[in-house]
Amino acid sequence: MVRESSIVYRTVTDVRGPLLIVDNTHNVAYNEVVKIRAPNNELLTGTVLETGSGRAVIQVFEGTSGLDTDLTAVRFTGETMKLPVSTEILGRILDGSGNPLDKGPPLTAEDHLDIYGSPINPYARQYPRQPIQTGLSVIDGLNTLVRGQKLPIFSGSGLPHNRVAAQIVRQAKIPGEEGDFAIVFAAMGITATEAQYFMESFGETGALEHTALFLNLANDPAIERIITPRAALTAAEYLAYESDMHVLVILTDMTNYAEALREISAARSEVPGRRGYPGYLYTDLSLIYERAGRIHGRKGTITQMPILSMPQDDMTHPIPDLSGYITEGQMIVSRPMHRKGIYPPIDPGPSLSRLMKEGIGEGMTRFDHKEIQAQLYYGYSEGRDLRDLVAVVGSEALTNRDQKYLRFADRFENEFINQGEFEDRSFETTLDIGWNLLSEFPERELKRCDPSTIQWAKERGAYKIL
Amino acid sequence: MAHETGQIESISGPVVKARGLHGVRMYEVVRVGHEQLIGEVIEVGDDICTVQCYEETSGLSPGEPVVATGDALSVELGPGLIGSIYDGIQRPLPELKEMSGDFISRGLTVEGLDKEKKWTFIPSVNKGEMVEPGSVIGEVPETGIITSKIMIPLGIKGEITEIVSKGDYTVVETICKVKDDHGDIHEVMMMQKTAVRKGRPFKERVPMNTPLITGQRVIDTFMPQAKGGTGAIPGGFGTGKTVTLHQFAKWADAQVVVYVGCGERGNEMTEALEEWPSLKDPQSGRPLMERTVLIANTSNMPVAAREASIYVAVTLAEYFRDQGLDVALMADSTSRWAEALREISGRLGQLPSEEGYPAYLGSRLAQFYERGGRVKALGGKDRIGSITLCGAVSPPGGDFSEPVTQATLRIVKVFWALDKDLAARRFFPAINTLTSYSLYHNNLEKWHREHLGTDWPDLVTEAMAILQKDQELREIVQLVGPDALPESERAILEAARMIKEDFLTQSALHEIDTFCPIGKTYRMLRTIIRFTRKMTRAVKLGVNVRRILEFSVLDNIARMKIAPWDSYESTMDKIETKMEREFQALFNELTEAGFITPEI
Ligand SMILES: Nc1ncnc2c1ncn2[C@@H]1O[C@H](COP(=O)(O)OP(=O)(O)OP(=O)(O)O)[C@@H](O)[C@H]1O
Ligand SMILES: [Mg+2]
Repeated sequence: MVRESSIVYRTVTDVRGPLLIVDNTHNVAYNEVVKIRAPNNELLTGTVLETGSGRAVIQVFEGTSGLDTDLTAVRFTGETMKLPVSTEILGRILDGSGNPLDKGPPLTAEDHLDIYGSPINPYARQYPRQPIQTGLSVIDGLNTLVRGQKLPIFSGSGLPHNRVAAQIVRQAKIPGEEGDFAIVFAAMGITATEAQYFMESFGETGALEHTALFLNLANDPAIERIITPRAALTAAEYLAYESDMHVLVILTDMTNYAEALREISAARSEVPGRRGYPGYLYTDLSLIYERAGRIHGRKGTITQMPILSMPQDDMTHPIPDLSGYITEGQMIVSRPMHRKGIYPPIDPGPSLSRLMKEGIGEGMTRFDHKEIQAQLYYGYSEGRDLRDLVAVVGSEALTNRDQKYLRFADRFENEFINQGEFEDRSFETTLDIGWNLLSEFPERELKRCDPSTIQWAKERGAYKIL
Repeated sequence: MAHETGQIESISGPVVKARGLHGVRMYEVVRVGHEQLIGEVIEVGDDICTVQCYEETSGLSPGEPVVATGDALSVELGPGLIGSIYDGIQRPLPELKEMSGDFISRGLTVEGLDKEKKWTFIPSVNKGEMVEPGSVIGEVPETGIITSKIMIPLGIKGEITEIVSKGDYTVVETICKVKDDHGDIHEVMMMQKTAVRKGRPFKERVPMNTPLITGQRVIDTFMPQAKGGTGAIPGGFGTGKTVTLHQFAKWADAQVVVYVGCGERGNEMTEALEEWPSLKDPQSGRPLMERTVLIANTSNMPVAAREASIYVAVTLAEYFRDQGLDVALMADSTSRWAEALREISGRLGQLPSEEGYPAYLGSRLAQFYERGGRVKALGGKDRIGSITLCGAVSPPGGDFSEPVTQATLRIVKVFWALDKDLAARRFFPAINTLTSYSLYHNNLEKWHREHLGTDWPDLVTEAMAILQKDQELREIVQLVGPDALPESERAILEAARMIKEDFLTQSALHEIDTFCPIGKTYRMLRTIIRFTRKMTRAVKLGVNVRRILEFSVLDNIARMKIAPWDSYESTMDKIETKMEREFQALFNELTEAGFITPEI
């Protein structure tokens, strides 16, 4: 594909939204990088979306304002988009395309990697099995995060997802294991204040020097957001698979990413899928999310924690919906729980970690984890159902058993889910709090637990029947 | 052989237009560009034809060559399929890894079957015998479970003039020669090639009358699948489609399982690869992979290959069916396949129908499900084989009114509806018993009566009625509270609670309960229904439900799920005896108190 000389074209025929149409092109490659010189001499970057019949359609990452059909010059580079990578990327602050924003030197490169990556051969993957202790009971106890997982946080405007995410980053560890870790943080369209909050929070724990920040903020070009997560994941892949690090990737806010994609799609007059998002949104998102994981024979791992805000708190909106179809579970930040003053306001009902089943139990967290998780879920959903009933008929109508479930649900929210923003609970503590709450119920009611497990909890003093 | 060569005209994502490929046919495979990416012709025009590319097209430019191959997209069939894991166009993933490392790169050519490995061929025909397509000429013991039958491929009919003796051969060595009517000699090898887009022919369809036992109680009881049947499992994300299909793959009493991960997660395929070899097939006790073929086209792999993967999978299934085997094919998820259709169709500029899907969505889905069924295979002696098709459907927003779910429901005969609320309460399998259905109850009734008990249909009907009534009563309770219900209706709530808690919930993760032998399912249901009948009788006689809830047999009933597969009979006998005793004691008490007149 490399051509000897690259001609400069001045044959722009159309500037349409974020797109540039160039005519009389010759042998322009699909997806190749394009350099554009604007009439005011500003240098812009784009990639080819469509090529053929002497015509190329280009998406311009900085947006097309200031471009025209007369003076704008276009040069096709013959290369797909690449990121220079090395471990020196840690501690650096970059823009949404991976160019340094800090005062540091240009990025040194051990290698130049295609930001689109290639699919991991499923045969080369290794199933994620090591639990990460986040110190948050609602996650560790009920929906454990596993190294190599992609587990997003679904939230809404005004909810404390950033605080939750920052706390997870602060506290996340594998008990008894120290390893090289790194954080890759990709901001897409979040505010400078939000970005500042994360940087300060990483700074407090000394994590900043292990962090690579890719920042596309709210006032940065929207179309660049299509590159940001890809550049970030390319860095993450290098750190994990070439430099043996355990990398936690935070992508926020994926909703802004999807909107950039929608803008391109609309400009190309593609047939829209649901709510104007392109029909290939699922595939596109999966090309990002599937870049999490573990590979046989390589030490490093990539764990992804995308954050996305649900428009109108609607989980059926295409962005959370399609994300949920790709990721390995989801954490739901709930507005009602937040209003009740519960922190972290993560609702266990719709939250799920699909990989926890292999990552908990004997030798990993504790042997009773599966049973107690099931029992806590059962108790809490019974209690919540009864709340609805009480709202109608009053609590007098309830049986003694029902009263217990009601009380359990309240205590569960206040003592198990609720915790301090700087409170770091071990797996042991979390599970013991669970047993303690189950002490509301007689043994016979604990149908999800094996009698021998209950006996064990009793001897341990965690389960105390009244 | 020199093949027609053309040039790339334009590229848009996976869709490439080429000029100058004269005489190229619809669905012919072509090699695109200098890297020779694999593609398939999907539109033939005057001078321009359209190709869908099975590999990433970045970097491709107009002017690069496109070469026709003369072949339609085909699969290689023969010994060596079982235990394999392929991508969407039958390239073995282990070989791809060998060639390009942990990440899949482009332009790799690998064939589906190993051409060097030798298999022991045992002939079953003699020189001079007449054969036709489908005739079995010998066998290959392929795995501990599967003995492959070697069949005469399509288009060859006549007299055997040569057949090798028992021995070790590769799949491409000639093992047999057949002379046709015109005196032409055809060489036959173990491997055959079949184009994937059209079904392999068979003699005729035969009635479906045997259930595909899945080992999942809610399914085997309330919406059973038939061997050769079609079923769909729609549900929002995280409701249990993949877990259920994995359960089928692990436990269903099929002889061969073809599992296709179509546009889903890489880790789910890895899970199968890591876990299934160590699991044992419950029928044969052999490792599960000895009856399984995996096809993985994960969501991040090229979208056109996703479209092809379904056809590749069902063609492999047909090959096993033609050998007289019962095959189960699981496709996760047919929605991702439909989306691939939509994406390609959009790039072709076809007129979109509902939600952007092409107008032919329904007919394509129907063609796929039509390839299921129970049939008599071609060739001499009657061999009956079946393909049971089970497809996951992933409706956007969990809303079943969308086009893919609706089109699928018009075709399939079994509908397992997953319910988000149940999943949120961790009530698994989260199958809604009231909205799901199977249209095979009648076909299977005879089998159920003979193999389980003549009372099976009654037990199922009674249990269903209880669940239905429970639903109505719950609505009332939500309005007026439980106190308003008479004792007889409270008894129904309790019965429903038993059915749901002690029978329907079944954890795929529990060592024992992950699989429930059908005999155990029957005994569990019978116990609960018998308990209910007695409870109803006692309540009619004025006994308070609370009194019955103190029975200690209820603790045993709550734990009958975990009775071991091989010794559940004795556990269930004990439970039933204990139940009789506790009720007898109650009835005796009532008799003494004068509530019952002793039966004479
Ligand atoms: N029968 C079951 N027993 C135990 N757990 C189950 C069962 N079915 C589902 N689950 C739980 O639900 C989770 C989600 O199930 P699954 O992955 O099958 O969902 P899905 O419907 O395939 O979702 P998606 O459409 O996103 O792929 C599992 O990880 C598991 O925790
Ligand atoms: Mg799934």
